[in-house]
Order: sequence, then structure tokens, then C-alpha cells
Amino acid sequence: MNQINQSGWKPGTPVPADRGEEYPTVTGNKALMLEERLIFELGRTDTCGVDLPEPDPAAPNRLGKFARQQATGLPGLSEPETVRHYTRLSRQNYAIDLGLFPLGSCTMKHNPRLNEKVARMPGFADVHPLQPVDTVRGALGVINELAHWLIELTGMHGVAMTPKAGAHGELCGMLCIRAALEARGDARKVVLVPESAHGTNPATAAFAGYEVEDIPAAPDGRVDLAAMKARLGPDVAAVMITNPNTCGLFESEMKAISDAVHAAGGFVYCDGANFNAIMGRVRPGDLGIDAMHINLHKTFSTPHGGGGPGSGPVVLSEALCPYGPLPFTAKMPDGSIQLVEEENAAEHGHTETFGRMAAFHGQMGMFTRALTYILSHGADGLRQASGDAVLNANYLLRSLDDVFDAPFGDSGPCMHEALFSDHGFAEGMSTLDVAKGLIDEGFHPMTMYFPLVVHGAMLVEPTETESKAVLDQFIVAMRSLGERAKAGDEALKTAPHHAPRARLDEAQAARKPVLTYYTEV
Amino acid sequence: MRYLPLTDTDRAAMLDVIGAPSVDALFADVPSDLYLDGPIEGLPLAAGEMAVEKHMRGLSKQNLAAADAAFFCGAGAYRHHVPATVDHIIQRGEFLTAYTPYQPEIAQGTLQMLFEFQTQVARLYGCEIANASMYDGSTACWEAIVMAARLTKRNRIFITDGVHPHYVSVAQTMAKFTPGDVDYAYPVARAEVGEDAICASIDEETSCVVVQYPDIMGRIPDLQQIADAAHEKGALLIVVNTEPVALGALEAPGNLGADIVVGEGQSIGVGLQFGGPYLGLFAITNRKHVRQMPGRLCGETVDADGKRGFVLTLSTREQHIRREKATSNICTNSGLCALAFSVHMTLLGEKGLTALAAENHRLACQAADRLAQVPGVTVMNDAFFNEFTIMVDTDARQLVRDLAKQDILAGVSLGRLYPDGDGRENGLVIAVTETNTEEDFEILASALQEALS
Amino acid sequence: MPRYFTEEHEWIEVDGDAATIGITDYAQEQLGDVVFVEVPQSGTMMTKGKEAAVVESVKAASDVYAPISGEVLEGNAALEDDPALVNTSPEEEGWFFKLTVADAGELDGLMDAAAYKAFCESL
Repeated sequence: MNQINQSGWKPGTPVPADRGEEYPTVTGNKALMLEERLIFELGRTDTCGVDLPEPDPAAPNRLGKFARQQATGLPGLSEPETVRHYTRLSRQNYAIDLGLFPLGSCTMKHNPRLNEKVARMPGFADVHPLQPVDTVRGALGVINELAHWLIELTGMHGVAMTPKAGAHGELCGMLCIRAALEARGDARKVVLVPESAHGTNPATAAFAGYEVEDIPAAPDGRVDLAAMKARLGPDVAAVMITNPNTCGLFESEMKAISDAVHAAGGFVYCDGANFNAIMGRVRPGDLGIDAMHINLHKTFSTPHGGGGPGSGPVVLSEALCPYGPLPFTAKMPDGSIQLVEEENAAEHGHTETFGRMAAFHGQMGMFTRALTYILSHGADGLRQASGDAVLNANYLLRSLDDVFDAPFGDSGPCMHEALFSDHGFAEGMSTLDVAKGLIDEGFHPMTMYFPLVVHGAMLVEPTETESKAVLDQFIVAMRSLGERAKAGDEALKTAPHHAPRARLDEAQAARKPVLTYYTEV
Repeated sequence: MRYLPLTDTDRAAMLDVIGAPSVDALFADVPSDLYLDGPIEGLPLAAGEMAVEKHMRGLSKQNLAAADAAFFCGAGAYRHHVPATVDHIIQRGEFLTAYTPYQPEIAQGTLQMLFEFQTQVARLYGCEIANASMYDGSTACWEAIVMAARLTKRNRIFITDGVHPHYVSVAQTMAKFTPGDVDYAYPVARAEVGEDAICASIDEETSCVVVQYPDIMGRIPDLQQIADAAHEKGALLIVVNTEPVALGALEAPGNLGADIVVGEGQSIGVGLQFGGPYLGLFAITNRKHVRQMPGRLCGETVDADGKRGFVLTLSTREQHIRREKATSNICTNSGLCALAFSVHMTLLGEKGLTALAAENHRLACQAADRLAQVPGVTVMNDAFFNEFTIMVDTDARQLVRDLAKQDILAGVSLGRLYPDGDGRENGLVIAVTETNTEEDFEILASALQEALS
Repeated sequence: MPRYFTEEHEWIEVDGDAATIGITDYAQEQLGDVVFVEVPQSGTMMTKGKEAAVVESVKAASDVYAPISGEVLEGNAALEDDPALVNTSPEEEGWFFKLTVADAGELDGLMDAAAYKAFCESL
């Protein structure tokens, strides 16, 4: 195997001992590794990094009796101090820009900078959501053009663009299903969710007012079709399926599942978190899906930003379209795509909408980025992207399955993520230890302990934007960690040793929560 | 394709390792009759940077940007000057391209920022604890309502008439699928808020009263009076704020009896962006309620070497552990917008926020006085911060459309916010910020004078 | 005083017509660091098999089910300030709640210490 490492190190090369402990510094800094205090320790309430006129005490005051009496105690910093503070903080983060970020189910792909440039064009960044419609035709054009792509890529009928994130999209889809059932006077109460599902699925179904029942997985890692069919009945409102599923497998019986659910009078919700594996390869509409959210921040490369903002448009089948929330984007009889809002809902026959999910039009800043990404790829590039994502994952699976247990390694090729378990580790060694060891090797860990159906699960999603050279380097690191876990290497139990922080005491954080910085204000 | 590093040589070598004849063969589990063996027809093919940028610039140019107009739109989204530093920081790849900080040893940058953000929000709102942000103000408002129902074990919620109509729509939509009643009174075009009527509507079944401060018409309700009335009946006061800059001049809701304070943080650091992504703020005054709070929380702890560090904590409230018993199905925050807010707030500090608020209020007073001189215009508000409502003697919605043709974005008409009329058609909500100038006021006043004569 | 165990890893110590309930050493070991315990308020009526308390570790939240029916006499207030008692002293100071024994017959079929030990070893 081609062992590539930019520093020239390769297995067998002697590694110099960490000399850090021998030469402590008085500041706690270690050259480029800089400690940084909190703004509440650095800043002062009388310092400001923005030039503003001094308030005129004689200026008119129409605040009535509500003028502020108590000080906020908000600290300020000058501009250079501010830049330095956040730059120092930034350097304590791992990021895609630094290296492989193989979090399964999270699709941490490269975030193109053209997306950022476009999102900052004044016609997108500097327009108000309630400007007269004639002054924002281009913004509505972006929504329509993106909606067109999403509808075509999924083979669905319409799309609700407003949901703010994946879980919000799930809720949107489930509320459409509930509205459709209520419209036909059908008070079904139960939603079936495979036990391998994302935690958001049962949370969403419960939030939408449903009782949740698990359906088991078959031994090959796919939904147990017979068990699910046996449970279907007049009380089942919907089945929530993830396809490709969280074990990294395509649900080959998806069409049969959908047909069975439809025959029993229910709807099929698909968690689209893993759409990156199949875009341009198979269309969810052809698999009988009724509703599916699309995480623009996964499949379509909008930045994760350290935890949001996301964006989760929901594509809908013809049966569910009438119930979609406002504003809504639908395909008209003449093939055009139309934005439907409160004021023209009646005109477009969209009167059965279940309502509104958020203020304004949704995550416009994400729409411009996602559309830019899609236009850059084109239909051919998107198909190539899913192919490369699946190729990369299978390459990892087959390069590691002799060291790590791959519980579904015999269930056919994986999709865009490879799943391993902790089977075969020495007593006391865990998935967590391997993950923390990866940090020392310069990689972000994979998704740990998910899906729940696999013991000590490690879900690895490389995405299509990683080169073979990077994957080979990762394979070297993973093989080494796998061997160490099997051998019971105690040093792994205290990893990471080279990160800005050692393992953090999460029990203390939860037992005595300190969620705010306290000082006398 | 410039984003895909694999070469055909790589692909061939990798397929060899896998033991598959082709990439298509890896999709063997997809039913062959449904497998697409080529690009979807009718869609464009890959395009270079220049072509894509040109296309998107064409769409951008079809919009009237605020900077190119005399601009007075508010009603839940405000145009403020965002210092250049903010955009620089949020574009650093270590923030932009990081994930949720689930591996705290290599995410202290995001975590410390969130801890600072939570404290900034708590101080701004006069609260004990704030979370790491929500999707936006409207969804934060609904989450607060649900939290109040959990705490009081009551279901009757009372949304007062000054709350942003989109926030009300979201609550009404969600309430359709949740047990309990939503009370909501439409605003009437008047200067006073009607605290007495609000207080009289609170009873022993009321879970919470939701009050916006300042409200959709720019009025400033007496929170203390409503808080006292609510608490007397065992109900909670939820205060919604859509303009955080106002809290540089107005007393913090948490200091006036609010139990939960939520709001839209967009004004600080986040641009208009046609409505999103924005930043939901969520804070509570009683720390004992923290386990019923939705959303991510970042907490302080120590690492194995005893160094201070930060982690996401109390995550057992959340969906990935509680599944169907979670406090909310939300599994993200609005991290990058929270960073923008935090950077901007750090640049301001108390001194800057106070000065910014004073400047907004000074200009708004000036604008109100100027517009009051226009025949046919009545300024409704007695008290306001940087936003007020005027009544004109014509349909304000059409007026706004007409003025837009002269590159004047005159504000948000009440008719746009409340399409079913009811006597509000002639109302226009006008927001004024530090980005406005006296020249803007002259342009708007003359145009109104001409249009109304 | 007789002490019984359930397959849900709870222990019940019966003293006349009152019983004290907690989770076993095996259970706390499986949970890891306990960070929060929600115990029922006195006066609550419990039905055998229904959710009675919640115990949370950093990564997991588990329901504790009432092993027998009865009225809650007292929840362990010490757990509010010091949930770690469940780890350090699961079968003594880290008890969850006390309740009246409504039907002594419900104790039939629960395990004694020896049977529970064998049960854990079989897992």
C-alpha cells in the first residue's frame, strides 16, 4: 500500500519523544499552540471596536419609562484584540479545510469558496425578506431554480423550501403526512421506525403526535421486510426509513416496502441524510417515497459552520403536495415552478396547506450556496460525485475489514459510508479509544456508537472530495489503531496526547452545569 | 470536475482493491430497472467558476439591494452595519468548515465561542442561562411555548396581539398538532398596547403569555405589569424580542419579570439575506428550569490534566439520546450565525451597544418627526425604539410597491403582514437604523408627500 | 430485612409494609458516571412496571420502573445535589425512593441475592 505522508514519516521511522514536557513554558503556550482567555477576562465594558458617535444626553427620548437602568456587563474589545481572540480560538478547531473529516451520516465534504462568494453578492445578502416581490425577482428565481433541481434529482412532485435543518424537514414531512391523513378522516396513531434510525426520526414522529414503534433489522443490516409487513395495518400512519440506511447499505427492497405501506394506507417518509450516495443514480420518487428531506449542508456542500445553520427542504409526492407548508414551491401543469405564498395560495389551489414552519422564506443564504454547488457540478458532475463517494467508502471498507470487524461486510457493497464494530478489541479497549487515537494521528474521528444496532459502532464516511492519497494515509492510521486496540495498548486509553486538550470531564460538566461566565456585574 | 480529486487511474486502482469491475457495479443493490445509467436528461452539465458566477450574478442583479435604496424595512429583520471583521472571522475555515463540537479535544474554538455567546445572550436579556442558539426567532418562540407547557403542565397559551404574525403562524401551525389552545388577538391600529386587557385574559388555565418587546408596531409593552399578573395566576411570561439592538437602550426583559426570553439575533452580525439563515436566541431566568430547556448547551469543565475546557452538556435532553422522549426534535443550532453575533457583540461591548442603540433611537426620533410633518401621515406610537408605525390615508401595500419603483423601500405594510385587512391596510411599519441618513428621511418624506397628495 | 432484585437491575429492600428501591451495582457500572437522577415526589401512586424515576449518565438516559405498586413515601433528596452517590454507593446511600407495599404478592417471583448474581453472570 502506498503510504503517503507529507512530513516524510512512514511506519518504522523512529519517532522522537515529545519534548514538550521537558521544557515547560511560563505562559502555558506551546509556540503556535496558544492558550486564550475568555472575552470576559480580556474585555472591558468601556472598550469598543466600532466607531460610533457618543450618545447625546440631550437627544430626545421616546423610550417612555422603559429605558435601561441595569448595565448589561457586556465586555468589548478593540478590533485588533477581537481579530486575535477569534483567530486564536479558530486554531483550536479541526475542520474540513485541515483534513479528512470522516463523520458517518454527516457528509463532511469540501465547501467550495465560490459558494461563499456568491452568497455575498448584494442582491442575495442585502435584501429584506419583506421587500415588495417585484424588487426580489432574482432571489425568488434562486429558490425556483434550486427547487427545480431538487424535484428533478429526486423524481418528486413539489418541494417545501422553508425547513431550517434536517430535523425541521422531517417534522415538515411528518406534518404533511398527518395533514393528508386527517384530510381523509383517518386518525392513524402509529409510526414505524427501524431501530437503526437517526434519533431525530422517533423524536420527530413523537413531536408530530405519533406513537413510535421500532421495527427490527434483519441479520444483513437491512429492514426486516417480513416483520414490517406483519406490523402494517389500519393504525399505521407512516414508516420512516433511511435509505441508504445508517448501516451504510442500500435498502434493496425499498420499492416492496413502499408498496406494502401504500397498500396498507400509510405513507413512506425517507430520511434523506444519506442522499449523497445516490444522487443521479436512483430517484427516491421511483422508489415510492412520499416525503424526503434533503440536508443542503450535507449533500450540497453548504458549510456546517461548527453546528449550523442547516437547511432541510422537503420533496413531496403528488399525494402530499397539497398539504405542504407556505411558502411552497410546486410544479405547475405547464411544467414551470411557482413560488406559492399566503397571498397567492388560493390562486394556485394550495389551500390545504398545513401552515407555516418558520418566518420568511427559509435559509436563503444556503439556497444560493447549494445552487452554486449544483450548477458547478451539473447533472454529470453530481452523478460522478455520488459514484466517487461510494467508491471511496468501499475502498476504505475493503482496506480495513481484515483489521476491523465489518458486521455487514458480506451484505454487498456499502454505499457512501463503511461500518465497523469493536468486535475483537482487547478487554477494556473501546471505540472511543480508537477515535481519540485518530485525533493524535491528525484525523477527525468517525461517527462513534451509531447506529445503535452495532456494538461499538464506527461509521466512516470519507465523501467524494478526498483524494486516494488522503485515504491511504487514513488507512495506515486506522490499521495501526486497530492493531493497538486488539493488543490492548494502554496509551490509547488516555489519548489524545497531542490535542489542545486531553479528554474532558463530561460528568462534572453535567453534574454541576456551568453554562454562563459569572462575575459581579 | 474541480471538486473531485480522484483520477481515472485512482479509480481503477481502487476498484482493484475492492474487487469490483466498475463504479456502477457498486450500486448492484439498486434495482436495475430504476438505476440511472447516465446524467438525468434535461439538466445542465458541469460548469466552470466563471460561468456559474456569471449566472448567479445575473440573478443577483434582478434584486434591489438595500444599499441601493432609501431603506426602511424592519418587522423582524433589520439592516445594520456589520463590521468587516465579522465576515472575515466567520470565513475562517476552522470555523466555517467544522462540525458540531462532538469531539471537544479538537473543537475548543467553537466550544469556547459558544460559552461566550451563551453568556453574552444571558447578559443582554438579563437572564441566568442561554442556550447555544436555535434556528430563528419564530421557532425559538414556539419552543418556548412548549417548554412553558412542560413546566406548568397547562396547555392554554395566550399570544398577545403585538407578536410578529409569522411567529404567530408558526405557533398556530405547530399547535394544530399539539394538544392545547392558542389564544391570539389581532392588533388594532392604536398607540397603546392594552396591558390591562392582556392581564385580564390570564386565568388559572393559562400556561404562558407571549409578549413581543418592542412589538410588531414598534410599541413598548409594560412587561412588569404583565409579568406580575401572569405570576399571580401561576403562568409564565415569555418575552419575544426581534431587535436585540433595542436592549442597548431598553431594560432587559429578564429584569422585568420574564421567565423565558426568546428572540431573533439577526440584527447583530448577521445580514438580511432575504430571511435566512438567522439566529434564534433562547434564555431563561430560573436556572432550575434548565433541564426543560431545548437546544444545545455548552458548559465549562476541566480536562484530564486539570486545564479548563468546554463541552456540550446536558445532552440527555436531546433527540439523539432521548429519541421520542426528547425535549425537542431539534438537532442543530445556528452555529455560524452565533459566531457572527458573538464577534459583533464583542466588538461593540456595553459601550458600543449603548452608543449603537442611542444612535438608532436618535435617528428614529428624527425620522418620525420629519414624517409627521407630511400631510396625511399620522405617527401612531407614543413610545418606540427604532421602529414605529404610521397611518396614511391610502392602501399602504400599494404605496410601498409604488415607492419601490423610485428605489425607496419605505417599510413593511401592515397589509403585507396581515393579508386579511381588518382596517390595518393603511398602516406602514418603518424601521430606522444607524445605516439611515437625514437624506433618506427627506427622500421618503418628499415621496410620501407626493404620493399622498 | 429481605432484599429482592429484578431483571431490570433494581433492588427492593422490604421493611414491614414499606420498601426502599434503588439500582444495583451492576446497573451503575453499565451506566457509567451518573449525572442526574429524577426521583418521584412523595404521595405519587406507583403501578408495578410503570416508569418511576429517570437516571442519566453523560451519554444515556434510562427509565427506572416501579418493581411493585404502592404510594411513594419519600424520594432521595440527596441525589439532587450529589447524583454520584448512585456510583459510589448504589445499594446504600444511593437509594432512589421509598414506597408502601400495596400488594406483598408482587414480591413473589423476584430474585434473591444469589439468584440475581447468577442472573448477572449469565448476561
